Amino acid sequence: MQVDLVTVQGLTFSYGGLEVLTDLSFRVKRGDYLGIVGPNGSGKSTLVRSLLGLTSLQQGSVELFGEPLESFRSWAKIGYLSQRLKSLNPAFPATVEEIVGLGLLARKRFPKRRAREDMVAIDRTLTHMGIMDLKKRPFGDLSGGQQQRALLARALVNEPELLILDEPTTALDPETRENFYQLLRHLNRNHGTTIILVTHDTWSIGNYAGRFLYIDKKIVFDGTFEEFCHSEEMTGFFGEYAQHMICHRH
Amino acid sequence: MDIVEILSYGFIQRAMITGVLISVLCAVLGVFLVLRRLSLIGDGLAHVTFGSVAIALLFRTSPVYVTVAAIPLVLLSSLGILKLSEKARVYGDAAIGIVSSCGIACGVILASVAGGFNVDLFSYLFGNILSISQTEMVIAAALFVVVITIVVLFFNDLFALAFDEELARSSGIRADRINAVLVLLTALTVTLAMKVVGIMLISALLILPAVTALQVVRGFTTTILTAAACAVCSVILGILSSFLFNLPTGGMIVIVSLILFAIAFIFKKSRNVS
Repeated sequence: MQVDLVTVQGLTFSYGGLEVLTDLSFRVKRGDYLGIVGPNGSGKSTLVRSLLGLTSLQQGSVELFGEPLESFRSWAKIGYLSQRLKSLNPAFPATVEEIVGLGLLARKRFPKRRAREDMVAIDRTLTHMGIMDLKKRPFGDLSGGQQQRALLARALVNEPELLILDEPTTALDPETRENFYQLLRHLNRNHGTTIILVTHDTWSIGNYAGRFLYIDKKIVFDGTFEEFCHSEEMTGFFGEYAQHMICHRH
Repeated sequence: MDIVEILSYGFIQRAMITGVLISVLCAVLGVFLVLRRLSLIGDGLAHVTFGSVAIALLFRTSPVYVTVAAIPLVLLSSLGILKLSEKARVYGDAAIGIVSSCGIACGVILASVAGGFNVDLFSYLFGNILSISQTEMVIAAALFVVVITIVVLFFNDLFALAFDEELARSSGIRADRINAVLVLLTALTVTLAMKVVGIMLISALLILPAVTALQVVRGFTTTILTAAACAVCSVILGILSSFLFNLPTGGMIVIVSLILFAIAFIFKKSRNVS
């Protein structure tokens, strides 16, 4: 039997007495393209941070690749890209090549030295993403879209089995956003990369993800897009008009 | 007096060698500290060094070993700053403020209790690089090797954390451990730098070469190397100019650093315009 990549059971999380996640349980199978959708403040980011061990769990459990989060060490299997870097210094002194190289650290042991095959992996990823021309450019000189591509390259350089993306396209213009989604679809279909995409863009998620999870502190819906569109319960929740808008992918 | 003659003096040679080693450490760590907005940790730890030196002197430690004797307390204080900001919900800058003022307070009280010290505390406040002894030079060289080796071993982790802590942690980097390594190394370096420019001017040695390099360089490794080169130039030119013009050495080293920064800043502006 194949091990699920992510298993979340009874995850509950509160900040200062205010519950932001209530009893969440779901699984992500290999090859899934899961969209996690929900309004602002619905706990999406807290969920992602809990999956990655960036906040310690309060209640419930998370397993990654069949291993409890607490003992999970194979971080090289997971690529992560966040909405924007909280502490990102626009003038950070590093070239795109150096930033992408940081993604390789997850599979290294102490002392984490650079190896020749790292250069090959970096070049391969940059070529694949079509940003080989940016290799020697300072990260701080890039446009928002280019920076996000460089950071996606950083997340992909290890060829992760699971890619977790938290609102990755917020800062992008529509055209770059479309290219970005095409790239993700390609990774999912042709490389078998499992993708968890977090977004508040309920309207267009149906274009990309095969399955989606609507959360608003708790799981409101978990299923395929078709199931969502035919669910009377969801018609009740969203109203007919909104459900129609989402399902017809306007 | 020509340069060859100046360089033939033993005390100038010792000052040059020790100054170069310590300033390189300061510059390298400074890049990480500046990028993580922790620049002032050096200043805070320098103040703690003042208290530690006072304690060392109170126990009649030989002046040669005062630096070494001060190290344990400064290391502990650096971890204290880290713990205060992590656990006690005190902002990093406030934590530095607390620890640094406690350091000065202890120093002043101890100096008074002991009825003044036979070695002038003033020399620790403003440094006296020209009085560095053979033993102090050897201690500095040994600690240089220790600090540089640790920086090299943890270089990629430190780089990843400087870029973004969350991304670094999602790659399995233990941020708490690496942060502790960074502040401990800084504490060690600050204690050494006390003799070069003095407690009051140590932050200049940590910050100026780093920000100078950040003006002109675009890659991370090159930034580190450029900062180190700026630091070496500042120390050599600072010592020579202080000797030629008969001015305080610590002050001159900082002024040369500042001039290098100004040149880099103007260079960057002119490059942006053209």
